[in-house]
Amino acid sequence: MTQSSPYLLELTGMCKAFPGVIAADEVDLKIRAGEVHALLGENGAGKSTLVKMIYGILEPDDGEIRFNGKVVTIKSPAHARELGIAMVFQHFSLFDSLTVVENISLGMDSGSDLKALAAQITDVSQRYGLPLDPHRHVYTLSVGERQRIEIIRCLLQNPKLLIMDEPTSVLTPQEVQKLFVTLKRLSQEGLAILYISHKLDEIKALCHDATILRLGKKIATVSVENETTASLAAMMMGEELKAFTHADKVNNGAVRLEARNLNVKATDPLGISLKKINLEVHAGEVVGIAGVAGNGQDELLTALNGENISQIADSILIAAMPVGKLGPNQRRKLGLASVPEKRLGHGAMPDMSLVENAFLTAYERLGFIKNGLINFRKTKAYAKNVIDDYAVKTPSSDVPAMSLSGGNLQKFIIGRELKQNPGILIVSQPTWGVDAGAAQTIREAIRAMAANGAAVLVISQDLDELMEITDRIGAICGGELSKFYPVDNITIEKIGLLMAGVTDAEDMDKKSAA
Amino acid sequence: MLPRLIKRQAPSRAMVYLTPVLALLLTLISSIFLFWIMGVSPLAALHAFFIEPISSLYGITELAVKATPLILIGVALSLGFRAGVWNIGAEGQLILGGIFGGATALFFYEKTGFYIIPLILIMGVLGGMLWSGIVAFLKTRFNANEILTSLMLSYVAGLLLNLMVHGPLRDPDGMNFPESRLFSDSAILPILYEGTRLHLGAMIALLAVGIGWIILSRTLLGYQIKVMGDAPAAGEYAGFSQSKIIWITLLISGGVAGLAGAIEVSGPIGQLLPTISPGYGFTAIIVAYIGRLHPLGVLFAALLLALTYLGGETAQMKLSLPVAVTGVFQGLLLFFLLASDVLIQYRIRFGKQVVMT
Repeated sequence: MTQSSPYLLELTGMCKAFPGVIAADEVDLKIRAGEVHALLGENGAGKSTLVKMIYGILEPDDGEIRFNGKVVTIKSPAHARELGIAMVFQHFSLFDSLTVVENISLGMDSGSDLKALAAQITDVSQRYGLPLDPHRHVYTLSVGERQRIEIIRCLLQNPKLLIMDEPTSVLTPQEVQKLFVTLKRLSQEGLAILYISHKLDEIKALCHDATILRLGKKIATVSVENETTASLAAMMMGEELKAFTHADKVNNGAVRLEARNLNVKATDPLGISLKKINLEVHAGEVVGIAGVAGNGQDELLTALNGENISQIADSILIAAMPVGKLGPNQRRKLGLASVPEKRLGHGAMPDMSLVENAFLTAYERLGFIKNGLINFRKTKAYAKNVIDDYAVKTPSSDVPAMSLSGGNLQKFIIGRELKQNPGILIVSQPTWGVDAGAAQTIREAIRAMAANGAAVLVISQDLDELMEITDRIGAICGGELSKFYPVDNITIEKIGLLMAGVTDAEDMDKKSAA
Repeated sequence: MLPRLIKRQAPSRAMVYLTPVLALLLTLISSIFLFWIMGVSPLAALHAFFIEPISSLYGITELAVKATPLILIGVALSLGFRAGVWNIGAEGQLILGGIFGGATALFFYEKTGFYIIPLILIMGVLGGMLWSGIVAFLKTRFNANEILTSLMLSYVAGLLLNLMVHGPLRDPDGMNFPESRLFSDSAILPILYEGTRLHLGAMIALLAVGIGWIILSRTLLGYQIKVMGDAPAAGEYAGFSQSKIIWITLLISGGVAGLAGAIEVSGPIGQLLPTISPGYGFTAIIVAYIGRLHPLGVLFAALLLALTYLGGETAQMKLSLPVAVTGVFQGLLLFFLLASDVLIQYRIRFGKQVVMT
């Protein structure tokens, strides 16, 4: 590319400090019109801080922003939109009970006529290959379709720069492919895209240049075609990650956890009902369940761990014993441990200390109650043990759980469960939002559990993760489980089909066997 | 530039204890204004309100008498509030305890025996539990908001007491005054210090502080209460039953409020009257919050709020201020406490944000 085309956006010396951390330290960034520019870094590297400054959510402490050649101070997101900067957030802000067009109209800075807007939406959606019916209610839409609403909402403002914050973390592989086609077309029309991600394959497939951040500092800006995923990873992480070695498989032990025709009716009108779940997890194996968020993962976890009690005793069995009617504590006594997806508020109490959080699920198995009183010395020793063994970064065990970063809290929660030596472990989204180093620790710990003979069930959106640590894999879609396949003879594409609810993967199975 | 609120990284522990003091200061400042507007010398008024009531030994024992129901109910409400169960109908539960305890006292009018007082207290507890049990049932069975049901039941309780003293429990020799007989000596709580009204209830209140403290800090029940208040989903995950916690906290707070009612009628009052509480059950909500939902804090907060009752009476007598001053004062205190509690999560910054260089 030639240097002659002027930069659309130029950041120089951007700084932003928060109490206790410098989130951006002299960061430079330049984007040309029509360029897809990757912003690459681990969680906590400062990507979000940087884009929040561009989008006017955060005020920079220092630094200069040039947009279209002019120095600007971006005061607010509305101001940013006025300049021609649009952003698609990782978490959508949509009202489930309203239609697509109503949602988009709510987000407009000026009022608009719904009919005209619906026509505009149809127009934009056809032009860029983003099929979407403006009159559908949002709760009937898949996550991929919801993301389209956000993208169309941005495109309606004719932006010059589109910021996308980890857009693929909630999509199936097929949906990712469609999104990329759209993004490429947009960039050909001259739209600049700032693409935030830590998924290296996507960046290789989509982006022209990449700026790599680490701990708030810019490491480099590189042309993506001259780099390999390995060299990008090295810059992102600062060290080569040792490749994960598939542990030797302990072959099928006894069935430890089983679900037989398990039906769970959703209590929430917008929730997902589980339909005829059949599942077997053997001792010594890791079983993976893939799926796009909101397809019944939470419901499955709470049905299996006893938070949601079933009416039929033998719809769930632990070591061939019917436990469907037993509560969480009784199932835990039989050796089941679980880690829910949501950390603050489900796996841990935000305002309570780590010691108190250690007590939550461990008190019965480890005997933290003596003569009716809580033995805090013993609980504290256990909390410290978890903190040390799982390298949880915290000033002490007395700080509230909410003061820990997502990754550190996740290490603490997983450590709390694993150190009780459960015979069955169910983990949902074990490494979601966790930095690469901690994710590696967690995955190794999960694998080691299985190697020691535990039955492990991992529910995750991260396909790479599932391919790496599981022995058998299936998918959940709309509350129904697919068949399970050995991980060695299934492809990412096929899992993608299972995630999308395709049930006739049988045919493909026969072909691959032939 | 206007002052701005900046979110703190972690809630400030210091502020948790400082905001009640700050709220008290702000209340004092605004009451000075209030007295000034009403044409009373603020200094004289504050003296009458806060110094005079406790400048004699008798005054101090009176303070303890007024603080007793506040401590009892404040401690019990703290347990529920910690769990996110908002029983604001302690006043009604207190009245029911008074009716049950009082009826027991009247039933044994002609008897003597050591068993009568314990029986009165137990009946008081049952009366309070009956009233809060209704709230718990409606909440767990129909998901009815406990704030509404408990408050509404308070008015029912007040009318019920009226019905009783106008009807079945009226003094047969009382010339149709809506009052019960004076209880017999066997039904009156022993006085702890001769010549004052300080009664056994004060000891029971101190005991409640100790028990409440142990429950909250050292028992599984206290732990479950805190977990339910902080993160109900985490409680479900651990296998704690939410409806069990709702029942337990409501029965405890109702039972203790009922106990306070029985103590009031068999202690300082000595009979059943159409009104047996100057709003102790409502004031105890302020006590619980000023005391930071901690039993020891409740003890101090109850003494402070008891002083506003005494001070209101003194101000009425000495300066002929209306008795409503007490209510205004209590309201201001809660108002300023809730307002200044924002400082626990946020800090104030003045002026423009400083640009780092």
